[in-house]
Amino acid sequence: MIRANGLTKRYGEKVAVDNLTFTVRPGMVTGFLGPNGAGKSTTMRMILGLDSPTSGSVIVNGKPFAEHKRPLAQVGGLLEARAVHPGRSARNHLLAIAATARISAKRVDQVIDMVGLSDVAGRRAGAFSLGMGQRLGIASALLADPQTLILDEPVNGLDPDGVLWIRNLLKGLAAEGRTVFLSSHLMSEMALTADHVILVGKGRLLRDESMAAFIASASSDVVRVRSPQADRLAGLLAGTDVTVRSVTDQTLEVQGLSSDHIGITAAENGITVLELATESASLEEAYMALTNDAIDYRSTTDMKDAA
Amino acid sequence: MTLAIDPTVSQPAARTAVPSDPVTVASVTKSEWVKFRSLRSSWAVLGAAVLGMLVIGLIVAYNTRHLTGHQAAEDLAPSGTLQGYYLGQLLIGSLGVLFVSSEFSTGVIGSTFSAVPRRLPVLWAKLAVFGAVAAASMTAITVLTFVAAQAVIGHYRTGFSLADPGVWRLVLGTSLYLALVALLGGMIGWIVRSTPGALVSYLGLLLLLPLLGGLFGSAGKHAVQFLPSEAGAAFMVSAPESPHLSPGAGLLVLLGWVAAGVVVAAISLRRRDA
Repeated sequence: MIRANGLTKRYGEKVAVDNLTFTVRPGMVTGFLGPNGAGKSTTMRMILGLDSPTSGSVIVNGKPFAEHKRPLAQVGGLLEARAVHPGRSARNHLLAIAATARISAKRVDQVIDMVGLSDVAGRRAGAFSLGMGQRLGIASALLADPQTLILDEPVNGLDPDGVLWIRNLLKGLAAEGRTVFLSSHLMSEMALTADHVILVGKGRLLRDESMAAFIASASSDVVRVRSPQADRLAGLLAGTDVTVRSVTDQTLEVQGLSSDHIGITAAENGITVLELATESASLEEAYMALTNDAIDYRSTTDMKDAA
Repeated sequence: MTLAIDPTVSQPAARTAVPSDPVTVASVTKSEWVKFRSLRSSWAVLGAAVLGMLVIGLIVAYNTRHLTGHQAAEDLAPSGTLQGYYLGQLLIGSLGVLFVSSEFSTGVIGSTFSAVPRRLPVLWAKLAVFGAVAAASMTAITVLTFVAAQAVIGHYRTGFSLADPGVWRLVLGTSLYLALVALLGGMIGWIVRSTPGALVSYLGLLLLLPLLGGLFGSAGKHAVQFLPSEAGAAFMVSAPESPHLSPGAGLLVLLGWVAAGVVVAAISLRRRDA
């Protein structure tokens, strides 16, 4: 269980994490979703006590992470892939971490086997690919069989086999009653893995709901209406669970009502409708629309995430 | 698709199948020892420091095997064959810097602090591991170098032996100096974090500042005595250039530098984001 309360991190003028309050519950996979630069990594670093919040607080399994006597057994973290000394072997890297909690070498070999690195465990990690680095990071997170897992972009650089493997692994761990918190900037990956989603943009909380509810609300159809009396129509359509956006002074985008309903309402009130069209939004588009105002870094190619 | 488990239903905490102990300075020390010994570069730099001191000692011994009257007094003094410390301090101190700064440059510090979130045990553990490595290796090599070099000289003329007055102080003083500046290097690593920055700071403090001090007349020369390398020279060089602190005062000053380094490193470790 992770509880963040008003978590805020400022670097000078820039607000990286802005007053985040959320709870990550055990027994399910919680996705931490947002574009690059949304503050996901910083939030995760604050959970693990690597960065201290400017204000607010976060506790893990009942207390601040640093106060746990057996930190590795409480939280397994993967923050940066390939955070290994390039001259050290994967096995020695894990042995060093394991030594802090007197975890046996047998367990080290067990996790190496679990993540499929047995063949290369004795080699210097400098030659590792990003995917191998991720597997090593996951191995170190699993070392003490922790209650809580915090993984920053764990599927980055993994091949499709690896993605499937980690998805099943995380679901299995959650099913055992553990808390699993993973970040991603990829909506599609999250939709497949997470049961609950916490969506952030520019450091602010945008959504905190079950994945099912998020998908239902986010991907609902949008009806586009063009009318000379757009303002009046907007007033008539407004209601709970209905979003009406003015795109131009004649065009509205309506969410939460069918085109039938809008057409009938317009006719009943003598409003001229020039255009009425339903546009289906994909989950990906919905995610982009939600975070559109909150994207810090835009690029033309989909470079690897550095958030 | 989803494994929707009602979060409102309280669940038994997941069982942890892997036994683990609370973090202690001892367990972190073990971890730091694994880190140190598992890098080939650790042994390469340590080996270079040890070999360099021995080779320089033997060269000085060979060059002074006959007294010609044109040799520098410092080469003929009991500490003459230990002048390899000059190279040794660069290598062992750089190793101290790297032992800490490489954690930051590689990002390993994230996993280190996730395993030891209280952080300070890591500082003590690195001090213990590197202090032990540096003290053991430097003591062994200064004694060996002195004995071997004097054996070379002994073939041609009468040199010095460990039994001569003041010699043990010089030999152990040199090893102590090297172990202490090695730790100072480590502390600079904690404070500066970046490998190039920390190396430059370390070398600047040891080599550059004493030279700069000379530019400021007698006040500068007086201040220079309190720099680590000059304070060290006070107890490990037979006839240091004037002005110099007494051997005891020199040792205290150097210990003061290391202690100050530890305090600043500890504060930096506690206060700053990793």
